[in-house]
Amino acid sequence: MMPDLGKYAFAVLGSYGATALLLAGLVGFTLWQRARVKQALAEAEARLEKTDVR
Amino acid sequence: MSIWEYANPKKFMQVSGRVLPWLTGLAALTLSLGLVWGFFFTPEDYKQGSTVKILFLHVPAAMMAINAWVMMLVASLIWVIRRHHVSALAARAAAPAGLVFTLIALVTGALWGQPMWNTWWEWDPRLTSFLILLLFYLGYIALWSAIEDPDTAADLTSVLCMVGSVFAVLSRYAVKFWNQGLHQDSTILKVGESDPLDAAYYVPLVVCIAGFVLFFVVMVLVRTRIWIRARRLGALLARERMG
Repeated sequence: MMPDLGKYAFAVLGSYGATALLLAGLVGFTLWQRARVKQALAEAEARLEKTDVR
Repeated sequence: MSIWEYANPKKFMQVSGRVLPWLTGLAALTLSLGLVWGFFFTPEDYKQGSTVKILFLHVPAAMMAINAWVMMLVASLIWVIRRHHVSALAARAAAPAGLVFTLIALVTGALWGQPMWNTWWEWDPRLTSFLILLLFYLGYIALWSAIEDPDTAADLTSVLCMVGSVFAVLSRYAVKFWNQGLHQDSTILKVGESDPLDAAYYVPLVVCIAGFVLFFVVMVLVRTRIWIRARRLGALLARERMG
């Protein structure tokens, strides 16, 4: 299944590995940022709701 | 219905929330298909051997590094002319994706260049203009983070984006402007010329490009939604502070 990359294995696998890492890093960072902002917004909305009720 | 309706944050959240699951699935499918096809099912090139498989990462990433900046330029111009907050936030949202594409283009280019040109790096017009584009992406992201007032940040980053567009264009046409250096001219546009890209590489390359474009669109939508929420959070916190 694995193609024979010969003497260029490092260049090819390195390129695919680095790309996978960079794309996964961007996705991971985005998901982390989304969760953080969503939670902070939910907390702020809950606090304001309490204040408004009082 | 006018396109400007989507500049309303509420409308943008509604529509993007509906299309995102479909777009994400399509992006994952297209990107996986293109990369698996390119890596496992393409033949070795008679000149470049198996390094030709780097084409499926390097070309789409380089294209998107430039196109992301062009998209940021259009969004910045919309902000400057029409003052739609969503467009400024969309430009901000696109920057990290553009930065990652530029990094991929530079890293895969170095890994490809070493066995082909016998060097990891050369101060070649295209390589150098890409390095400058990378610095512009870093500067753009840093400027957004450095300024507290979002409208001022949007104004100043829009100006930076316009200045950086010169380098985005240079990155694309550097090979044509300066007929020197190691980097070849466009791969895709060679179709129909005397030395075209073989269909065995061309078709999976087009699939990979579509995958990278869809991935970029998904990232921009998800990240714009984050910044719209962050903007609302900022407004709520300001209201809280005022008592």
